[in-house]
Amino acid sequence: MSGAEKIAVKVTEITSINDLVTRFRFERVDGGLLPTFSGGAHTVVEMDDDGITRLNPYSLMSDPYDQTSYTISVRRDDEGRGGSLYMHQKVNVGDEMTISYPVNLFSLDLRARKHLFIAGGIGITPFLAQIKQLERFNGHWELHYACRSAALGSYADELTDRHPNEAHVYYDDQSQAIDLANLLDGQPLGTHVYICGPKGMINWVKGTAEDAGWPRDNVHYEEFLAPQPGKPFEVKLAISNKVIQVGENESLLEAIEREGVDAPYLCRGGACGQCETNVIGYDGKFIHRDHWLEDEEHASGQKIMPCVSRFEGKTLVLDR
Amino acid sequence: MTIQFNDETFRDDYTFRNSDWAIKRFPFPFHEDSYMYSVNMEQHKGGPAGSVYEKRFDVDEHYVSEMRDRAKVLDEDPLRCQSLPHMTLAGWDLLELIMESKSEDYPDLFELHRDGNKWRWINKPLGIDDTFTFLDESTLPYGPMEYITRQAQGDYAVLDQRDDMLWMDAGMITTQADWSLDFDIGMNFFEWHAPVPLAHEKGIFIRALKFLLNVQQGAPARRLNWTMTVNPLLDTSPEHYHKWGIQKTELTAENIGQKQHLRVELQTFFRLPRSNALVFPIRCYLCSFQDLMTMPKWGRRLHRVIRDLPVELATYKGFIDNRPLMIDYLSQFDDGLPTSPGIWPDRETEPPLQK
Repeated sequence: MSGAEKIAVKVTEITSINDLVTRFRFERVDGGLLPTFSGGAHTVVEMDDDGITRLNPYSLMSDPYDQTSYTISVRRDDEGRGGSLYMHQKVNVGDEMTISYPVNLFSLDLRARKHLFIAGGIGITPFLAQIKQLERFNGHWELHYACRSAALGSYADELTDRHPNEAHVYYDDQSQAIDLANLLDGQPLGTHVYICGPKGMINWVKGTAEDAGWPRDNVHYEEFLAPQPGKPFEVKLAISNKVIQVGENESLLEAIEREGVDAPYLCRGGACGQCETNVIGYDGKFIHRDHWLEDEEHASGQKIMPCVSRFEGKTLVLDR
Repeated sequence: MTIQFNDETFRDDYTFRNSDWAIKRFPFPFHEDSYMYSVNMEQHKGGPAGSVYEKRFDVDEHYVSEMRDRAKVLDEDPLRCQSLPHMTLAGWDLLELIMESKSEDYPDLFELHRDGNKWRWINKPLGIDDTFTFLDESTLPYGPMEYITRQAQGDYAVLDQRDDMLWMDAGMITTQADWSLDFDIGMNFFEWHAPVPLAHEKGIFIRALKFLLNVQQGAPARRLNWTMTVNPLLDTSPEHYHKWGIQKTELTAENIGQKQHLRVELQTFFRLPRSNALVFPIRCYLCSFQDLMTMPKWGRRLHRVIRDLPVELATYKGFIDNRPLMIDYLSQFDDGLPTSPGIWPDRETEPPLQK
């Protein structure tokens, strides 16, 4: 069985945060306590979407030491394959769902003298848990959070109310922007910077920090990719001896699982490396979308991350 | 069952003994008649009743005496226990994991009562009844890792996970097979494994690291490792090599059955929830050759494994000079019959020695 251990939960609260974001609260079906976790962890939520099993990762945003419930925030993606739409439209209070044990691919570096958080949009969620964790130990942190508008700034008001000195919010529609070069320049030695947001933001902060001479190990980022829809294609699984079809709205990994082939996975967002699969042969073109494989590996035609990457062409044979 | 704790020593007069129960459940590490390194990991989710795999943290008849020996080692050398400043949270994680596991798995021996962060811990075999505030170091006589590992058999390496690497940033190491926490503290996974022969060439450590980085909460893993020790010494540290190394020269054909011990480590791996660190408990089990030979399957197999082991491994494990003596002794217990697969003694089904 692949993936982390599972927990049976019940949806006990659904809260609309704004036009795009909805918060879900989960409690254990058996009434017991949930595992504690470390800030930055995510859980994988299983959805039975009309016969398609979707397994989407969401950052845990609740207090890591509150074992009575977990909360996640889901941003609706109208262009996506349907996982977030399923959460927004089909899930009701009282529903039973299955989630995974917490998995952390974006943990705090506890050696840091100071933690500098840079968030874009829904990327705020892992920081909410990390802030709660640090507050408990009087940790030194600062948050810079960019969102489109006040109306879409999830949790911005409660952050600035509760932490007026630490939390700084920037609204795009008011032409406010993080003064990054200055911000990085003013940090004390031993600061670690963490970025969660769109790819452009991650590259911007990584590049600026590198130019300013920040050690690479002091820069941490997490970008979960949702698998994108694409043209259907056919794949041969050599070990299982199966030829399978990957539909427009499912990922290669989901198609492999649908056919009953147990493939390893953890994050399902192109980040953790667990689902790395060898390519035996192909005639066509890869659409690599992960940020696990190196550029040379992408170019080699020998590996694919089936959780987010796709293929267009005549034949693809995988070592699975 | 209630465990009868031995009153015994692992130094000087060496009164350490295994009961029949302890011999029967000894974790014999060879599943076939030969040995080579492999990433022999499996899930640590219980095992046959009474076996060392059954509980998350095995407690046996040596518990009380092993803890007494650890206290002596720490008295003489406090640096056997170290924790870098950022590892305190991982120490609390470990304390919580061991207290929860032991109180659930051995309710007759250990009790944990929690009222919010007010915790009461009762350890009956060691006569401890302490009340403290969870996550408040000032309420315990030692740091959380030291406190709980003074009450738990085996060594504990607590590894920080950063930048896709594991770091030896804390530990309680008093029953080690010739390695030093004080030397390794702060090293990364490849650095502290640098002395191991052959395994690097086989890519063992790259695969092992990849596996360990992905050990997840709620899904611990385990493997067995082994070496050889003359006399039932728990503390075979490099710092004390001048004391125990010389004992390897005292082995004779007459005393080998009693003095030579197979030393097996049950290594487990748990993801720690609050810190995202990894704890690596290394539990040491000792069994004399003469006790092992009471199981015909183990007698046949141990002879074949030791006879055929590559020279590099016998050298690294420190018994190359004594190997001829060992083979002479062990060959008396090998009649050439085939052995059943797996590590268990299969006492009921394996034939007695045919010579």
